[in-house]
Amino acid sequence: ELYLDLLSQPCRALYIFARSNNIPFEFKRVQLMKGQHKTEEFRKVNVLMKVPALRDGSFTLAESIAILLYLAQKFKTPDHWYPSDLQKRARVDEYLSWQHANIRAKGSKVFLMKVLLPVLTGQPLSAEKLEFVIEDLNAVLKQFEEKFLQDKPFIAGSEISLADLVALVELMQPVGSGYNLFEERPKLAEWRRRVEEAVGKELFQEAHEGIMNIKNLTADQFAPELLESFKQQLLRQV
Amino acid sequence: MGLELYLDLLSQPCRALYIFARSNNIPFEFKHVELFKDSVLGKRPAAGSGAEQPRAGPSNSEGTAKVSLLKKVPALKDGDFTLAECTAILLYLSRKYNTPDHWYPSDIQKRARVDEYLSWHHANIRANAPKTMWIKVLIPLFTGQPLPSEKLQEVMEGLSTSLKQFEERFLQDKAFIIGSEISLADLVAIVELMQPVGVGCDIFEDRPRLMEWRRRVEDAVGKELFFQAHEMILNIKELSNIQIDPQLKEQLAPVLMKMLK
Repeated sequence: ELYLDLLSQPCRALYIFARSNNIPFEFKRVQLMKGQHKTEEFRKVNVLMKVPALRDGSFTLAESIAILLYLAQKFKTPDHWYPSDLQKRARVDEYLSWQHANIRAKGSKVFLMKVLLPVLTGQPLSAEKLEFVIEDLNAVLKQFEEKFLQDKPFIAGSEISLADLVALVELMQPVGSGYNLFEERPKLAEWRRRVEEAVGKELFQEAHEGIMNIKNLTADQFAPELLESFKQQLLRQV
Repeated sequence: MGLELYLDLLSQPCRALYIFARSNNIPFEFKHVELFKDSVLGKRPAAGSGAEQPRAGPSNSEGTAKVSLLKKVPALKDGDFTLAECTAILLYLSRKYNTPDHWYPSDIQKRARVDEYLSWHHANIRANAPKTMWIKVLIPLFTGQPLPSEKLQEVMEGLSTSLKQFEERFLQDKAFIIGSEISLADLVAIVELMQPVGVGCDIFEDRPRLMEWRRRVEDAVGKELFFQAHEMILNIKELSNIQIDPQLKEQLAPVLMKMLK
């Protein structure tokens, strides 16, 4: 069982990876906006109350990276996803570690500021604050291109790996929020196309349908009793 | 040229690496990087010329490269191969040198537990623990401003929440995170938690279960090695007395103030 909300970046990485590799799983939808991650039932799967989460028999697991690695091992997916070559594998590990505080953190903030906060507070976003947040994202995008991608087709070399998948789903969050970061970054745009093709364009688009329509989000899509606490939680993050 | 590890033991991930390598008798050349000198003033790069370097420090629109003092360490250089990120380096070493299985178990579920912790760690323990040092020592030192107590309280609260989750979800009633033996997860966790301890926020004080776990981890890696690795951070107050280069102060102050927001 995979507990997922496709509005969440790490959930998309999992969904795409599992489907792309024909890993049989039961899709358990957890709608974050409805607070379904806070139910007692879900808490049994993940006491940290976050998605994604996996349940395999009596074994439960949180954290998308851990779940991706678990699935790759258990279902013996093609080597390129997590190469057995020591140095290539290290490159994947390096990206998967670095991304938490960088691409993931900065990309999420753009989504928060451009989409969630305005909807939840009913206030237009502060242009100055948004500019800071975009600048931060730009800085890590530069590092991504210069250090991780460089002139290679994919992060680990000539083939797609978990690193590329995890990276791209994160970048789709600001894109869905209206910041088209691929527009003036041809190298990144090329890489994106390669990743989409490698996993299957149709699957990729299906997984991203929700986030690509996120501009239509309205406050009434949230569970009303949770609106205030969501708002407070988000305000603390900016 | 053998294995080189670029480290500053003031940095938590560096300590994890140092302890892991020494504890497993992995031969390496210790390349000392003094974060507050070498990397900040843009001198000698941490991992050799032309090597890829992580630069994810606090950013400002122009000078990210120059004022990037975080995350230049740890770094590994193994012949032509360079690598950043503590987790990646730990995994690389454990594989290359075939360290005992418990460090990163071959059992798929136990391994998943280690991966789970190593992932969660970034946005949780590592989000707040390092800030205690910034707020209590570095910011006052570099900016001359008194320590911001509400900010510290915020950080301690955040850290408290993470510690609660750590005990509830990761450690529970087990001796170590994966069960009866130490793994990379415990090592990465403990070095991070020694940061607040070093600056006077003893998070183990009223957490007996955590304290027990800490003792077990110290024993597992070797008490002497553990304390040697932590000598600098445990004497961090001495850093407060050192003369900081005024140019350095000038460069860092705005960056540090931004961190406070």
